[in-house]
Amino acid sequence: MSVTAYQEFAVKVAEGDTLGTLQSFLGRLLTEDIVDALLVPQKLPTGDNVVPTLIRDPARLTGVDPIAPVMPVIAAKVLSKVTATEHGERLAAVLRSCELRAVIELVKLQQASLEDVILIGVDCLGTYEVKDYASLVKAGVDPTADVLAGAAKGQLENLLAADLESAAKGYQIRAACRMCEKPVPGGPDVYRPDIVIGFLGLDPSQQILIEASDALAEKLGLEANVGQVGDLSKRKEVIERLIAERTAERDKVFTAFREQVTGMDGLLAEFSTCIRCYNCMGACPICYCKECIFRTPTFDHASPQYFRWAERKGSIRLPTDTLLFHLTRLNHMATSCVGCGMCESACPSELPVALIFRAVGQETQAVFDYHPGRSLEEEVPVATFREDELTELGEKHR
Amino acid sequence: MNDDFEPRIIGFFCNWCTYAGADLAGTSRIQYPPNIRVIRLMCSGALDPVYVIKALLEGADGVLIGGCHPGDCHYQSGNYKARRRVAILQSILKQMGFEPERVWLRWISASEGRYFADTVTEMVAKLKELGPNPLKGVGAI
Repeated sequence: MSVTAYQEFAVKVAEGDTLGTLQSFLGRLLTEDIVDALLVPQKLPTGDNVVPTLIRDPARLTGVDPIAPVMPVIAAKVLSKVTATEHGERLAAVLRSCELRAVIELVKLQQASLEDVILIGVDCLGTYEVKDYASLVKAGVDPTADVLAGAAKGQLENLLAADLESAAKGYQIRAACRMCEKPVPGGPDVYRPDIVIGFLGLDPSQQILIEASDALAEKLGLEANVGQVGDLSKRKEVIERLIAERTAERDKVFTAFREQVTGMDGLLAEFSTCIRCYNCMGACPICYCKECIFRTPTFDHASPQYFRWAERKGSIRLPTDTLLFHLTRLNHMATSCVGCGMCESACPSELPVALIFRAVGQETQAVFDYHPGRSLEEEVPVATFREDELTELGEKHR
Repeated sequence: MNDDFEPRIIGFFCNWCTYAGADLAGTSRIQYPPNIRVIRLMCSGALDPVYVIKALLEGADGVLIGGCHPGDCHYQSGNYKARRRVAILQSILKQMGFEPERVWLRWISASEGRYFADTVTEMVAKLKELGPNPLKGVGAI
């Protein structure tokens, strides 16, 4: 579903219960028969993790928490599973910006469908590593409350440092989030979903912002239920500052990376501690091959081959093809990398793969002036071509 | 420049144009350096970048990808797709600290035997300037 005309609505938060207000807002999508199911982050009964959940029963909305700063899997991957084949259901999916952008890429790669899907984007201040989030909860912290408390200023880390002296000290949001300059759905170079839930630059204990089309707003009873939107200039200012901070961090780490990888030694050093678990591939929402070539016997060779290679080179690292794996993966996903950082979170060796893939992705995307996750109309670079582009390539070097 | 260094080039040629062009160079007895090993593909658009990377990581000093001139692809648009893939590959190699100059894409038609021979000659000379692939003999990759 694609929407062009938007209106802003301020939803009053009853008794400071932001989550409760959000839950009843989302519940209305089910009770008003707008959709048949919700795909939304929900707290597990253990309380230490918040996971994508498919909800049909409006009585099951307790624990729904689209604000919790944790992303154990990127919801784009589960949306792909849920929508890739014919299902005949109407679905609303609540996504943070990177999830939304990954969904757009997957739709264009024909691995997800927006048929009868309402996309709901929600502001994001960043997410913790899953284990850090669990530790914070165990230490008695309510990370969602921290996000809401920091919403007005657009800050999460400072708040934590002030709040927690003991267990939580030192925890910070994931590296990918610290350099994420696209925290707001519908913001600069981010796809505009059917509904945006905003809390940055606002006081979410008082009100949350809903942006929606007239038609959807009417179905949701937004006009009848809510007050006027107040001054949104502070929200704009907070988002602009957040984007500027994140962009500065991004440029800083990209520059450091580019200074480090200037030759062969730098390249080899990047992947020296890779243990070839393929977690980065499994966690990546963009890695689109249904069967990865590295999971096939393509690079399994007859035994004598290994000895011949060892003879030619003197010695070979085993298993072979570690660098080949990463460079090939880069060739496939770099043009569509949305910078979610799930690869890095999944890496047991803590390789800075999110940084590597995003930094490389940035320049490779620039070759085609392509912005992953911005629009459904811009074709993914690997799936199209133009006759009048790159004309110097293939001609005699001069 | 090391005079003893003889670059080893892997060629990935499309069946309809560049492979036939190379064949013409042979049947016309046109002389060119024997530094290239050719792999025939049905189309330059059928080349997965993984094989180009594999060749480079195994120590090939250069990779020459040959296809039909724009507009002449036997399968309409395979060479345009190949061109995008090479652009992506070169961008990535460059950023990962590897010389993108080792990967060449050239449009060589079935009638261009002379141009094929000239291209190989030119590539060998350029690779001699560039020197051996730094990954040659590196086992820890």
